[in-house]
Amino acid sequence: MFRNQYTRLFIILLISALAIWVDASNTLKVTNPITGELVMQRSVNPRLGLDLQGGMQVLLEADLPANTAIDAEAISVARTIIENRTNALGVSENVIQVAGDRRIVGDFPGLEDSEAVLAILQKTGLLEFVDMGNSPVEEGTIIQTDYGQSSTTPSGISTPESTTPAVTPTEVSPTPSASGTPEATATPAAEAPIIYHTVLTGAALKTVTVVRDSTTGAYEISTVMKTDSAQLFSDFTGSHVNQYMALVLDKKVISVLIIKSQIPDGQGVIQSKNFTSDSANALAIQLRYGSLPVPLKIVETRIVGPTLGEDSLQKSLIAGVAGMIIVILFMTLYYRLPGVVADISILFYAAIAFAIFKYFHFTLTLPGIAGFMLSTGAALDANILVFERLKEELRGGRTLAQAVEQGWKRAWSSIRDSNIAAIITSIILFWFGSTFGATIVKGFSLTLAIGVIVSLFTAIFVTRTLLALVLQWFKPKNYSRWFGI
Amino acid sequence: MNILKKRYIFFALSLLIIIPGLIILGVKAAQKNLPLSIDFTGGSLLEVQFEAGSVPQPADVLALYENFGTRDAQVQTTESGSILIRSAFMDEPTRDQVITAMKDQFGGEVTILRFDSVGPSIGKQVTSRAAIAVGIAALAILIYITLAFRRVEHAFRLGLCAIIAMLHDVAVVFSLVAIGSLLFGWEIDALFLTALLTVIGFSMQDKIVVFDRIRENSNVLRRLEFEKMVNHSIVQTLQRSINTQLMTVEFLLLALALFGGLTLREFSVVMLVGLLSGTYSSIFIASPILVVWENREWRTWFRRRPASAA
Repeated sequence: MFRNQYTRLFIILLISALAIWVDASNTLKVTNPITGELVMQRSVNPRLGLDLQGGMQVLLEADLPANTAIDAEAISVARTIIENRTNALGVSENVIQVAGDRRIVGDFPGLEDSEAVLAILQKTGLLEFVDMGNSPVEEGTIIQTDYGQSSTTPSGISTPESTTPAVTPTEVSPTPSASGTPEATATPAAEAPIIYHTVLTGAALKTVTVVRDSTTGAYEISTVMKTDSAQLFSDFTGSHVNQYMALVLDKKVISVLIIKSQIPDGQGVIQSKNFTSDSANALAIQLRYGSLPVPLKIVETRIVGPTLGEDSLQKSLIAGVAGMIIVILFMTLYYRLPGVVADISILFYAAIAFAIFKYFHFTLTLPGIAGFMLSTGAALDANILVFERLKEELRGGRTLAQAVEQGWKRAWSSIRDSNIAAIITSIILFWFGSTFGATIVKGFSLTLAIGVIVSLFTAIFVTRTLLALVLQWFKPKNYSRWFGI
Repeated sequence: MNILKKRYIFFALSLLIIIPGLIILGVKAAQKNLPLSIDFTGGSLLEVQFEAGSVPQPADVLALYENFGTRDAQVQTTESGSILIRSAFMDEPTRDQVITAMKDQFGGEVTILRFDSVGPSIGKQVTSRAAIAVGIAALAILIYITLAFRRVEHAFRLGLCAIIAMLHDVAVVFSLVAIGSLLFGWEIDALFLTALLTVIGFSMQDKIVVFDRIRENSNVLRRLEFEKMVNHSIVQTLQRSINTQLMTVEFLLLALALFGGLTLREFSVVMLVGLLSGTYSSIFIASPILVVWENREWRTWFRRRPASAA
């Protein structure tokens, strides 16, 4: 591949320029130089794990007997709902992930007050049909409603609410399940908060289905209300024709509708020009499962205070920099000319690996750093293997060109096999870590795998090309001086 | 340099390190008192920092925990002056009450440095799943080595020797923790799991490098006796083994020197010893076992004077 040394050198410089660009910036922006149009924008802020910046991790598990099969879709819907709820908290960079078939891991970096998150997780979701009058708000707005109570079951465990049949027919404030406790809702302070009127809650819905209009082919959501709620809905729609109604999930407006006519039998159709198959289904799911489709319980909580995290981060940075300096000195003193080439190659390795971590938003944790250290060891090992072989061949009386050639040829099989073994291990461990919510193992194996792959590239591509070029320009004669024999 | 000549001495040395630790673990297991952290058993760990001058006595903290009905509390004071309390599973509301009570009773500001709470069911599953994952990884590597070394005679044997030597390293690490648990109250926790995985990864890599040389030499030095050929391969890769070990370990020594805290120090020591063992076992365990197998030396083990060991 790329026989010409200078082609290789060009590619290496190109990749390293890209890597340094990613390493040095917080946001990548590419604009079209002619039109000035934004072609690409991507945030590449380094993402630090909870152990390095402080924060909270919660592992949730389906609160059902261990042998119950859990619908994969239900878990994924639960994840989305939790993500929406926690985002409404205003905490940045939460990561909510499904782990295996019955668990969800939530990471809340930089969060000190764990109470707020726990309250959100334990709350049952609340879908409201809200009267917007003539002035609708934008979708995504967080509003206040007069339905100011949400319910929490005594044990703090959320239960699906849509199955609860009890709805008071006449009053507007039906409490779907018992023992509701007043709770302050997290609402951003508006200057004069408007309190909207809640007509019905999600408990009134009987069925929600996505259908296609037979003539236009447009996607619609068809809803059927329970009989007792249908009357209420009929009265409301009758008196509010041509006014707006909003679907509000956990105080966040998810959709604004215009009431075209009275809906007498509780059979409504939600239409939107923007509906695609996906977006219609997504909204239907939210309507159907305003509350969590699976009851969840907290099985693990981990909190790292910000001081401890900062301390660990600082120490690992110092250790990393000091370690690099010692490696560079050692390689230069011991392997001389090739050692210097290896140093450059190791710096490339660190720059590329770090750029990959940043670009793909990998979370860096202490175990992740351990994995990275191990792969740095592998990157060094590849160079050391080749150089030892090179010296051996030189001692055996070969010419420099032959020795370089043979050094690569002979060291390659051991570099290949040992690194493939490392990649196999890390893939298996990654699988273990991600199906189980064992984030420690996951972080370790991911950085190890990436590091090993990058180290293979830098060893065979960067070190080899640079060494060949340097020897070509330099033509060292004194082997004991330049190769340390 | 004849490394293989003294192979039984090296085996004995390894056993000397491994056996005491395993005995300790065995005794502890019999007493149902394995040094497992809350990551595996379930429970809570709370690390709090008090203001200077108002650091309470461990006994006072214990009494406070008992007031809230939280069992099995153990209090440890760290070097940085914070207090580490391990106890039975504690939920968030209880924790808040405990913190409030601490503020009232001991005065001053109380900062939570760390709080881990693990339900008991999770811990057991982590243990068994981790064992399965390591098992599958070992099997996959055995298959890979057998395939990669298929041109060598007894490729499967090479793979198996690598796995045995890797298990040796795992045993060394466990033995170390067992001794540490006896002397310093160390625990097997999730970070230990990371260290163990690192050791396994490094160990396999090292074995493959040595075996690769054996693979190469078995073609080139066909006429040489197997034992001499293996010894020659070890000596040829020795410089590389030492240098790589030096560089990787150097990173860890630094980490050891710099990372403070009780748990991270344990982690660094385990890594350090484990990595050393990884290199040691490639030279002094994996390859010698290969020779023992080739010579079928076990036939002479139970005779009076093994002729080949002389």
